[in-house]
Amino acid sequence: MADPLLQVTDLGLYCAAGDFFVDPWRRVPRAVVTHAHSDHACWGCDRYLTSTAGAGVLQLRMGADATIDTLAKGKSLNLNGVSVSFHPAGHILGSSQVRVEHRGEVWVVSGDYKVEPDPTCDPFEPVPCHTFISESTFGLPIYRWDAETVVFGQINDWWRANRDQGKASMLYGYSLGKAQRLIAGIDPTIGPIYTHGAVEPMNRVYREAGVNLPPTTYASSLPKSTDFAGAMVVAPPSANGSPWARKFGPSSDGFASGWMRIRGPRRRRSVDRGFVLSDHADWPGLISTVKATGATRVLLTHGYTAVLARWLREQGLDASTLATKYEGERDDASEGLTTDETAP
Amino acid sequence: MNDFATLYAALDETTKTTVKVDAMVSYFKRVSPQDAAWAVYFLIGRKPRQVIPTAKLRAWAASLSGVSDWLFEESYHAVGDLAETIALLLPEPSMSSDVPLSVWVEERLLPLREASEEVQRGAMEAAWAEMNSGQRFVWNKLITGAFRVGVSQQLVTRALAKVGGLDAATVAHRLMGEWEPTPHFFERLTSLEGGDAAVSRLYPFYLAHPIEADPSTLGPRSDWQVEWKWDGIRSQLIRRQGQTFLWSRGEELVTERYPEIDEVARYLPDGTVIDAEILPWLGGQVQPFAQLQRRIGRKTVSKAILNEVPVVLMAYDLLEHEGKDFREMPIEVRRARLEEVLKGTGWDGRIMASPILIETSWDALAEVRTESRERGVEGMMLKRLGSPYRVGRVRGDWWKWKISPLSVDAVLIAAQRGSGKRASLYTDYTFGVWSGDGLVTIAKAYSGLTDEEIRKVDHFIRTNTLDKFGPVRTVKPELVFEIAFEGIQRSTRHKSGVAVRFPRIARQRTDKVASEADTLESLQALLLRDSGSD
Ligand SMILES: [Zn+2]
Ligand SMILES: [Zn+2]
Repeated sequence: MADPLLQVTDLGLYCAAGDFFVDPWRRVPRAVVTHAHSDHACWGCDRYLTSTAGAGVLQLRMGADATIDTLAKGKSLNLNGVSVSFHPAGHILGSSQVRVEHRGEVWVVSGDYKVEPDPTCDPFEPVPCHTFISESTFGLPIYRWDAETVVFGQINDWWRANRDQGKASMLYGYSLGKAQRLIAGIDPTIGPIYTHGAVEPMNRVYREAGVNLPPTTYASSLPKSTDFAGAMVVAPPSANGSPWARKFGPSSDGFASGWMRIRGPRRRRSVDRGFVLSDHADWPGLISTVKATGATRVLLTHGYTAVLARWLREQGLDASTLATKYEGERDDASEGLTTDETAP
Repeated sequence: MNDFATLYAALDETTKTTVKVDAMVSYFKRVSPQDAAWAVYFLIGRKPRQVIPTAKLRAWAASLSGVSDWLFEESYHAVGDLAETIALLLPEPSMSSDVPLSVWVEERLLPLREASEEVQRGAMEAAWAEMNSGQRFVWNKLITGAFRVGVSQQLVTRALAKVGGLDAATVAHRLMGEWEPTPHFFERLTSLEGGDAAVSRLYPFYLAHPIEADPSTLGPRSDWQVEWKWDGIRSQLIRRQGQTFLWSRGEELVTERYPEIDEVARYLPDGTVIDAEILPWLGGQVQPFAQLQRRIGRKTVSKAILNEVPVVLMAYDLLEHEGKDFREMPIEVRRARLEEVLKGTGWDGRIMASPILIETSWDALAEVRTESRERGVEGMMLKRLGSPYRVGRVRGDWWKWKISPLSVDAVLIAAQRGSGKRASLYTDYTFGVWSGDGLVTIAKAYSGLTDEEIRKVDHFIRTNTLDKFGPVRTVKPELVFEIAFEGIQRSTRHKSGVAVRFPRIARQRTDKVASEADTLESLQALLLRDSGSD
């Protein structure tokens, strides 16, 4: 039997026929990258190939010297006889699924994805394939998301109540992707929006890519005497409890993540409010996506891989876990933190 | 129910006490007195007994959710709490409702206990269908009799005081004793006119703080009244209108359990309330707490047990005298009156005033304190002269100067996940000491480590698991901990032959390897020391 079109090696997911890697975790000559989160984009590769929309954030993350080739969504490129194309994954700006076709066999690597709408990126498009390599971060039926509008209603209510009590609202979410989605979704008429040093540069790239974000101000650029009562401050989770976070005076804190769906992680976070907002697919989203691809073989990465694999097998699919490094021990002990937070 | 579920979520999520109090105040003001009464009832930790066994709830919920057994199990494993797992797995509600909490409890929950299984199932399915996941969680907790919320009675008291414009002590007083969650009760609870003090009502206990520093830092010895710290059941004896009430600190009415005290309490003048300790007492000597445990929880007392473990009431303080609240009087006045009240005959030695120690210096006290264990006490109590009898845990006037507990270095041999906040971490540990070549279990403990340490131990457990039995993992015997405990006794129920009381983790002994942990023999030596002449 011939080698599979994509296989896991020490360096990452490798396509031997095309001699390239998809989201490698070590430096390689040619990396095809789904998106710029650090478990997918590794530093120091000779050449990167990513979607046109994702090039800005990837450049910011990989450094100005990195060589990044781009490909518009839906367009294909021939790499040593293998056809490669990018299709929106709906996860963060420019995040893409990678479609790989060789001699009529089609594989799709989902990267991270979500199926609900997000104003900061192109909506997810299911891509028909034979083999689908899907993430399964939230691969348990306990994970079901409310509509985005419901969650933003909760966040806005919380912000308004804090403002009326003269408090700042400290809202924590990953600096790339989640933070921008939060900023795009909240109601800027409630008050001013300030950002942490890890968030503001990302906002700039988002705006340059044409994403419509309300005005934000980098908090540390302001004089010490600034009154933050009533303001919204968006920061990465690592800033919670830091001296930086204390300078905003009386405040209430909230954390936006899919993990907030469960009481244990919510309480361990020790914030006043947990908002259930994720950039990953929930259980119904995973199931419907797998179905929509028409794939007969499904390989799972991230999170509850074994659970989803078993469930899909019960539905008659050929499903199994793919041992990747797209995660650490994804137990709740890691509190749902990915490593995509840069230092302030 | 919606309001109550929202209140629950608010109290559950934040760790800031002011936010919790504000959430309760706004709830109490918003809802009907009938709902508020039930909320108070639940918030201070009272709860109806389990209505439906969890196994049934689980089966009904799984079938309704279309989730197979193994998938339910995986979900439960990730969540760590059955009521929550069910709340999250059930399909989205088909309608929304806003039935008040009191209606849910009085008309839907309480009648279910007597209902047939079919009716119960139908009622549960109907309830779930009109609740969101937050409401379902609270409902499931009430149904399984496991409702708990992260507020202390003190915080609830503070919120109620704010609602009524009262001081917290008044509310605390009104909350004690027996009451039913009725609108009338809630109105009285928060009303400015001090409702009639029920005849059985007790005063809130004043609790001492442990003193860590040397007591000489408290100032001159002559400013303090010093007594032994007795090891029994803190209680309050009330004699009003010709009736006697003996309350334990857990606010349980225990009068019938201690007939020897009930018999002599009738000699107390009407309008007397005494703060005291129930102690096992034989031949003029206090007995180990383990003896008293044979009486706790027994509602009917046989002649035999009365002879084997007679009790006395060691009186500390006089809270009500001649029908008047006496707590604002200085302690020396209260003490003098207490002695007067107890002067007469007829007590048969069953109620006595806790002796006051006469050593005139801190050093001399420290000296006699070393005899604590032989005397069967836990150390000393220091009470500031001139001070009133306060409410709760106010620092400064009462200190407990305890002897250091017993301790043993033991090896971690098994672990289980915690519950609630720590449901996904291994926090409940089993420890063993050496007996020959093997380790024999001597204690389970789940407190005393910092979050950081817990996380490290959790990681060790996950990476060094030898075997799994249900929720329990046995681990490679490698980590050594110092386990402190309050007492030790022989036990035929334990394989080790000993049982320790109140074990807790004092610290991790990173300086020791497993082979250096203590042996069962060294523990048995403590047994002799602890129980004196056994
Ligand atoms: Zn990602
Ligand atoms: Zn990822």
